[in-house]
Amino acid sequence: MSAAGAADAPSLIELSGIGKTYANGTVALTGVDASIRQGGFVSLVGPSGCGKSTLLRIIAGLIAEDHGKLGWPATGARPADIGFVFQDATLMPWASVADNVYLPLKLKGLGRVEAGPRIEAALKRVGLSDFAAAFPRELSGGMKMRVSIARALVTEPPVLLMDEPFAALDEFTREKLDGDLLALWQAQGFTTIFVTHSIYESVFLSERVLVMGARPGRMLAEIEIGEPYPRGRAFRESPRYVEICARVSAALREGAAI
Amino acid sequence: MKRDDTLSARIMRILVPVAAGILFLLLWEAFVTIREIPRFVLPAPSVIFESLVQNFGSLMGSLWVTLRVTIAAFLLAVVGGVGLAILFSQSRHVEMALFPYAIVLQVTPVVSIAPLILIWVGYDNVEFALLILAWIVAFFPILSNTTLGLRSADHNLRDLFRLYGASRWQVLTELQLPSALPYMLAGLKISGGLALIGAVVAEFVAGSGSGNGLAWRIVEAGNRLDIPRMFAALFLLSALGIAIFFGLSLLENRLLRRWHESAVRRES
Repeated sequence: MSAAGAADAPSLIELSGIGKTYANGTVALTGVDASIRQGGFVSLVGPSGCGKSTLLRIIAGLIAEDHGKLGWPATGARPADIGFVFQDATLMPWASVADNVYLPLKLKGLGRVEAGPRIEAALKRVGLSDFAAAFPRELSGGMKMRVSIARALVTEPPVLLMDEPFAALDEFTREKLDGDLLALWQAQGFTTIFVTHSIYESVFLSERVLVMGARPGRMLAEIEIGEPYPRGRAFRESPRYVEICARVSAALREGAAI
Repeated sequence: MKRDDTLSARIMRILVPVAAGILFLLLWEAFVTIREIPRFVLPAPSVIFESLVQNFGSLMGSLWVTLRVTIAAFLLAVVGGVGLAILFSQSRHVEMALFPYAIVLQVTPVVSIAPLILIWVGYDNVEFALLILAWIVAFFPILSNTTLGLRSADHNLRDLFRLYGASRWQVLTELQLPSALPYMLAGLKISGGLALIGAVVAEFVAGSGSGNGLAWRIVEAGNRLDIPRMFAALFLLSALGIAIFFGLSLLENRLLRRWHESAVRRES
């Protein structure tokens, strides 16, 4: 479960020359190469329109790439269970918190009674055990996002894809959720791909930051963070953290200058 | 929680309009009495009430006929409207083919179709003709609202359902129908009133002697210049309309109050 090691294991996701052009002619992505190790934590950072969300959706299988190849060397195929967290919590307003978390299991045909313990466990993981019967509108933005994470993790997926999940939250809540997400990741060992446009968030969270540029969407740089986990306040306040953030920022600016 | 405030606010919400209504009736009564207006022009509320009591039997019989037609037309409109909307949501082609004709049915004034329907169904079966006509008027709002509602499901949730390999049936029952519920209920509220209007208008068109619903009581009272009875029948029609509206509002509130903005009671 640790961040280091496993360098020799086959990567979970292998992207080579991925490209996507939308029907209106917009080139969303071109020639994207990347390799993501099993159990890794990778962030995609870039300005709006750099295709980071598109890339995430291609990995999820929600849209198809037109060029290049998406491979899953470690598993041979895309895992049946993939957790996905959107920028909005995307909960069903008519269903209770527990029923929202139940959804992935329900769609797979699991009965409510059988699913009960797994729903409870998922809610416990995100610290919402007391809110199982609440409705989404009764929760704060941060709590809704926790429900969304609990739902994504209830199937215990090997991969968690997150599309700017905390972008709409206040700074304090965001830092709290960043920390909680890392703790979950360390405990559960799922591979995480985290899309964000916050440089700070990407550096704090991930093992490796993939910097992307816009028009056309492409990969600009890969920056290894190389800071051991668990990470906390000390890392956020260290000169090293500031220095890495500056490097990511420089890579982004270089991309924009071309 | 300020329970007293909400309670007194609720009482006020009922009390104020009731008081206004009583005041209006009193003014009406006084106006008619003082000006000595003949009862065949404008009867006083007390005279109307008297007429209502005197003709209670026949009016209640007519009320029952109108109610029966309205409710049956409404229920069939729900089945037809929701059913067709679901069909549309499953096939874009079916929607493209049929939706324009649903609009044609809607925009053609029901009064103008009524004679045709009456001839087809036959004057010995007027109630069935009324049912068809009321249904035509009532079903469109349910169809169009439900169609819109089924389409308005959050697209991220749709993606999520796709990600988890949900079947069409699961998407329909777990996502589209719940998303459509607020729209559908808004459609029901409109259609409830329209079903009553349809039932009454159709009976007017059906004309003399054929019907025995409230509309016919009004025509009959008008012919005899029995204006108090006319008002009594009108009063019953309004009461019926109000009852339908409140019943459907109550249903809407019951189904949505825990989650939908429109039905949630705010505390401030």
